[in-house]
Parts: sequence; C-alpha cells; structure tokens
Amino acid sequence: MSDAAVAPASGAGQTQVSKINEAIIRIAGNSQDGIQAIGGFLARLAGRSEQEVMTFMTIPSTISGGPSIFQVRIGSGEVLSAGDEADMLLCFYQHSYEGHVNSLKLGGIVLYDSDHVTPKPEWQDNYRHVGVPISSLTVEAIGGTGRDKGKNLYSLGLLAKIYALDVVKLKRLIAERFGGKDPSVLNNANACFDAGHGHSLENLLKSYQFFTPEAKLGTQVVMNGNEAIAYGLIAAGVRFGAGYPITPWSDIMELLRKELPKYGGTFIQCEDEIASVSMALGGSWGGRVAVTGSSGPGISLKTEAIGWASMAEMPLVVIDVQRGGPSTGMPTNVEQSDLNIAAFGGHGDSPRVVLAPSSVEDCFYTAIEAVNIARKFGTPVFLLSDQGIASRIEAFPMPDLEKVCQDISPDLAAVADHKPYDLAATDGVTRHLAPGTRVASGKYPVVTGLEHDELGHPTGSPKMHLAMTAKRRTKLKKLASELPVPKIYGPSEGHVLLVGWGSSEGPIREAVDKARSLGEPFSSLHIKYINPLPNGLEEIFKGFHKIYVVELNDEGLYGYGQLGAVLRARFSDPRIQGITKVDGLTWKVKEILDRARALASRK
Amino acid sequence: MNPIAFPFATLPRTGTADTTPIPPLQDSDRKPLTKKDVSADHPTWCPGCGDFSVLALYFKLIERRRMHHEKITTVAGIGCSSRFPYFVQAHGVHFIHGRALPFASGVSLSRPDLQVCVFGGDGDAFSIGGNHFTHTARKNIKLTYVVMDNQVYGLTKNQTSPTSPVGYKSKTDAWGSGDRPINPVKQAIAAGATFVARTSHTNPNHVLEMMEKAMDHDGFAFIQCLSECVEFFPGAFDASNPRKGGKFETVAPEHDVTDEYAAYRLADTEWPGKFGVFYQKPRTTKNDYEAKIIADHQAKVVGLKPHQILQKNFDRMK
Repeated sequence: MSDAAVAPASGAGQTQVSKINEAIIRIAGNSQDGIQAIGGFLARLAGRSEQEVMTFMTIPSTISGGPSIFQVRIGSGEVLSAGDEADMLLCFYQHSYEGHVNSLKLGGIVLYDSDHVTPKPEWQDNYRHVGVPISSLTVEAIGGTGRDKGKNLYSLGLLAKIYALDVVKLKRLIAERFGGKDPSVLNNANACFDAGHGHSLENLLKSYQFFTPEAKLGTQVVMNGNEAIAYGLIAAGVRFGAGYPITPWSDIMELLRKELPKYGGTFIQCEDEIASVSMALGGSWGGRVAVTGSSGPGISLKTEAIGWASMAEMPLVVIDVQRGGPSTGMPTNVEQSDLNIAAFGGHGDSPRVVLAPSSVEDCFYTAIEAVNIARKFGTPVFLLSDQGIASRIEAFPMPDLEKVCQDISPDLAAVADHKPYDLAATDGVTRHLAPGTRVASGKYPVVTGLEHDELGHPTGSPKMHLAMTAKRRTKLKKLASELPVPKIYGPSEGHVLLVGWGSSEGPIREAVDKARSLGEPFSSLHIKYINPLPNGLEEIFKGFHKIYVVELNDEGLYGYGQLGAVLRARFSDPRIQGITKVDGLTWKVKEILDRARALASRK
Repeated sequence: MNPIAFPFATLPRTGTADTTPIPPLQDSDRKPLTKKDVSADHPTWCPGCGDFSVLALYFKLIERRRMHHEKITTVAGIGCSSRFPYFVQAHGVHFIHGRALPFASGVSLSRPDLQVCVFGGDGDAFSIGGNHFTHTARKNIKLTYVVMDNQVYGLTKNQTSPTSPVGYKSKTDAWGSGDRPINPVKQAIAAGATFVARTSHTNPNHVLEMMEKAMDHDGFAFIQCLSECVEFFPGAFDASNPRKGGKFETVAPEHDVTDEYAAYRLADTEWPGKFGVFYQKPRTTKNDYEAKIIADHQAKVVGLKPHQILQKNFDRMK
C-alpha cells in the first residue's frame, strides 16, 4: 500500500487517514464463504469508480468446502497484475491465516476473525494483527438465525470502512445482487454490511483513501475473461455452438446457452467432446461460423475433428481455456501448456490458426477476430485462454457495441458455378457455399476429409495432394502477412527482451517497469498471434542480446517452453531461451525478474 | 487504435469459376430432378453390393418428392456405405468415422430449411459412433438416418462388426466371433428414437416405402437396411430373400407401432426377423424445443437490434 502522503489527523477522535495509490487485498477462507462475492463487489466498485482493478482467485476443484482465496488489486494508476505481495490479508480460519500470511508484504495487515483464528506470537513483529470477532458479530447483526452466512458482507463493511470506499455505490451493488430475491435476503445483506461498516476499530487501524484517479477511463465494464469471450462471440455474430461441461470452460457454454436464444441462436450441450466439435462443424457448414470449446483432456478428444476442419477447410472457433495437464492434471490451476496441441495437435499436416488474448478486454476483441479469421480463411481457429484469465475480473472501457457487433448471416444467393477447393484461387483462399445455395451448373460441392480434387471428390493423385497441401499452407502464410507486428513494451533496444503470451502480459510488463526503474535495460514483447506468427519478429529481436520466452509450461526435453521451442525452430536464434514454470500459479513479478537476471548472468 | 486487427468484411465468393449471382429460380420453373441430375461419381462399391440399391432408391425418392436440388444435404461418416455423398450430386459432407450424426445434428439444428439425410454402415452407427446414435435418438433431432447394415467391416477388408453374428469368421476372429451382436432396432427403441424401421436392399419397393415414411416423420427417423457385402459376407441375408429361398416377412398390419414394448418384442423375432415400421411415436423434436426457447427469449427483446440486447447486459456489468 504505497503510502504516498500521510495526512495529519483531521480532528480529535478521528482515525488517521493515509492517501494511497493502490491496495492489494487477499481474502482467504473456504469456498462456501462467499469470498468471491466480496472480491466481485470490490472489483465492480473499482470499475464504477474509474479505478483500475485486477483480481486473482483460486477455487478448489471440490464441489463444496476446501480453502479458497480471492485477491483483488485496486489502483488509481495502471494496474497490470493482481500483485505479488498483499497489503492486507483478511482471513477467516486458522488455516487461511497460516497458509497465506507469507503472501503479505512486511508490515502488512492481518485482519482476522478472532472467533476462529489465534494469532501466532512469532508473526506479531512482522505484520500488524487486527482481530475482529467477525463470525459472532455477523450472527448478532442478522439476529437469531444462528448462522454466519453473511460474514462476507460483514467483512466487506469492514473493508469499506478501512479503505473509505464509496458506501452509496457499494450498497447499490449489493441491492443489484440481492434485490431480485426475497426482500429479507437484501435486508440481511445490508444489516451485515452496516454492522461491519459501523464496527469501531478503536484506532487500531488508520484508514486509507485512494487518490482520485484521473478521469480518463470513461464508462467501464467489469467482467471476467470467460464472460468476455462469450460476449465477444455473440458480438461477432456467432449464433450456434456445442460443448460438453469441463472446468474452466463450462462458464462460457453456460453463458452462451443462456444468452444466444435472445439473438435467435442456440447452444447445445452434447453427449461428449467429439459430438460437440462435430455438431459445431455441422453448424459452420450450415453457413455461419460456429463455436465449440473445452479445457484439458477435452481438447485432446476434439483433435481428430479439428484435423478434418483443416482438410475440409471449414471455419470453426475452438475455445481452449487451458488448465494444468496432462490428463486430468490440475483442473483449477493455471498453465499454458496447450500451445502445442492447439498449433500442432492431430495427425498429418493440418495447419490452423492459434490466437491468445492477454487480458479480459483482449478476450472480448480476440473472440471477434477469431470469428473473422475463420470466416475469411476457411480454417479452424483456436482461442487459447487460461485459468488465469478465465476467472480474473478486470474493468475495461465500455466497447462501442453498435460498431463492434457484426452480422455474419450466410449468403445463400444462387451462383452459376462453384469449386469448393479451387486451386487457382488467390493465395489459396477459398470459402464454401452454404447448403441451400443453388448452383446453376448443377455441380454441387462435397466437403470432405479425404484428399480431394477441386470439386471435393476423392483423389489419390500425388500431384493433387501436393497442390492441396500447398493450398492449405499458402492461405495461412497469406494470413501471416496480414497480421500486425506486435508492439514492443519499452525501448526497442536493450539487453533483455522478455517474450510472453496469454495471461502473463501484466506481470511481464511490471517486471520490465521494475527492471527499468533500477537501470536494467529490459523490454518485452507479447505475442497474440501464435500460429501463424506475424512476419517481422526478427527485426524486433535484433535490438536485444537476450530473448527470454516467459511461459507457464515445462522446459521440455531441450530446455524451452512451448512458444520458446516454436521461436527457436522458426528463427534458429541461439539468443532465444526459456523461462518456464509449472507450479499451477500465475507469475509473480519477482519470479520473472529473478529468473531473467539469473539467466542473463550466466555465461 | 482499432482493437480488432481483423475487422468484419463482406466476403465475396472465391475461386475462378463463374460465381456471378443469378436470379432465384421460381418453383414453377423447376423441373423434377432426374437420376441424371442427382448422380455424381460412379460408386466405388463392388459389383453386386447392396448399397447400389439404396443409392438408386434415394435418387428415386428425390425425384418423387420433387426436392429442390440445393436443399438436399447428404452427410456420412466413414465406411463403404459412407462414400454415399460423393455419388449424389448435391451439397454433401464426408465427415469422420462415427460422427456423421452429431455433424448432421448441427446442420439440422442451425438450418431447419434443409432436408438432412445421413447414410452409413453398422460400424459407423453402432461401434465407433454408438454413443452418438443413442443421444441423437434421445434428443429426437429432425433427420433421416439410413444404416446400411452388412454385418462386417468391408472397407478395411473383413473384420468383425458390432452386428456380426456369433460365430462369424473374420480376420479379427478367425475362430468365429464370440461377442453378442447389437440388435439395431432394439437399440434404437431403447435410445428413444421416434421412428424405427427395418428393410432390406433386396426389396426395392419396400426400401423406398420406408424412406418415404422416414422422410415424412417429424423427428429422428432410423432405418436399418440390410445391405449385403458380396465380397466378405456373401449370403448373409439369404434367409430374408425369397429369390434365394428365404422369406421376407413384413410387420403384421395389426402391430401397434406406438407400443414400445410390442415393438421391442417384435425386434426379437428369430432371424431374419420382420421388415417394416416397428415403432413410430411422435415426441417434441429438439428442433422444435430449441425453436420455442428462441421464440420465448426473443419475445422479451422485440424490436431490439443485437447490439442493443448486448448493451443491456453490459450496462448491468458497469
């Protein structure tokens, strides 16, 4: 909590107020305590107050119970990551206290439920301990029901007091959340919040106040990455999809199932992963790019059909919300280890497109791009998200939806003639006629997974296989030539270039900022278009002595992560090295810096 | 900067063929399609294969029904019989092994204006695609599914199939198959198919009659069509072929096709069994169910453009 200025106490009996730029609050409890709700309220409040916000959460993969945390970072300036070390730990149980006290920075505050937590004497020197009997005061506040169900809202009240949060806005958020239910629910929620807010901390704690942010952000919208992908697909004009439940992809299919009917579309829950990719391909063939998605093992199951889509040149969007693998792996942990399967999964040469959004906002726009690329180039497109982005809540500027929303209805106007796999087509790019389109010549197309001639009929001709393989390759090379070259973060010349992809953009940029502030010449490059890679990366690489690819996957047999290996293969550049890890957690800024420095100091 | 590097574009038709748009054809100007209009590649099947007759009857069906050329959609998986779409001059899909049904379901659900017909073999339907058969039947998706059952894997040259009889000697069961074969009709009834019929390639009129009934059925219509593999399992269906001394016994007129248990018992008739409609009982199709959900939801957003509907959600997330 970088105290910027300590204001003098403004009067007798008032607690001291500090002005702060940002705060990192970690809330630790069990999964049924509703701590995600506290985090959600804080994030949404920040969004409505034009503050930047980023969250990080873990949930156990059990149905109920199990330790759970939610970390929220709120700032008046730019917030890039959920933060390395917390300013405040709000803990409900002894295990939450003992398990997370190390995540606090020295001098940080432990706000604990004294009904359940006994502070340890050995930690008293390093952290400020403030105990509040949260459970019993919650029970007291809602009177007689004997349950501590509202302790999350009680705690929210405490936090609102400590951080001088806008109570009017918070209460409006509470009303929006609980207003639709039985009025007693909202009454209880308010009672808990008010009790927490009214609790006297008896000068144990000073209070903090955020600097007023510069009014630059305009209206903001607050959501998580999975929501952003689902809404992005809707904006892109997708009206059909199919899927099978698996964590953490399921939220996307649930949202699409609920929302698409309003737009005249539908999302089908299938019997398995293979059926869902097949059904989505049926929808795409019907004339409008369809979507399927999954996580972990579900992606493995879909690979045969995705190979068909490459061969048949059928557009499709595949959402892969990556999780720890292989096999069932670590279903609720973050990992970026599906790059290989997305780009190269399946038998045979089956080129496809892989995109990786870097933030929640980017999820929204990348979903639209995925649809447009699939449509234009007649190809399957993977959108690689990960557990780190899927549940991360961010605030971003309200998109201009009227401009962004597209109509991708199929064109069924009759044509004189058509060749579905025309080899003379410019850059190998062909698009299918949707069924229902009359072809006056009477020659109708077949779409197929067999190697085929220009009309889609099977052929075993070596010449044709060469030509068609080249066609499928050429069109993606054409796409590569249209891709924007990523913008470098920091100066274009220096010692170390950190290269990243996906959700780790924030911590990588923070690492660059920190290194630069200490005089170390670091810059970073974030790659969104993973396959094909945009042209011109070698020009960027020229400005640096070391190129470190930072990713959440294993270093593999040869010492590079998955993107690292692709870049090595693409550029044969010995400066490219890997910084990887697979502990199931997002990057800490310090980890990236320490690893990069260690690597740079090696001869 | 525009956050979208690939903005929306109206995409022209591709290729060098003459794709100039032409005016729509009035129904009154349409002539019924002839066999010549709808036949494409010459079938790759062995001479004498039962599948020829199914193809010929599909052509006849198209002709009789005066189907619009562009509305015919033929979908198949993998197998000898699944080569079907190449032989039909219409929009066709040759998909992957066992997954023709979910693909066709995607077409049926997103394009209700099309007539979706799926053709395949017993391996595609009951072995690799067994799960999809069950769930497509259960969901009652509007499409016609003709399984050309030859009781053997022909394309891969004589391995045991899920409908091969016990004792059948194949390359994978040289001493005779020991696995109890699947009874497709019972399987379909148990899975919730709303139209279940059985026929044989040796009786063309009966095949056509079943196809017509299937096409008239609103929902998932399944036909098991015995179709002899002359190469690997010749004579498999002689017992049902009067020309070979067998008997083609049709389902008795008094059989109640809405009685699930009666249909199930009928399906247990000793080999070669009965032929005809075993079961037909309409139930809400997935297509209608989804259409109703859409209608209900759209009634709440009448007059709003997509971006306005989306804006309402985004406003709640401010």
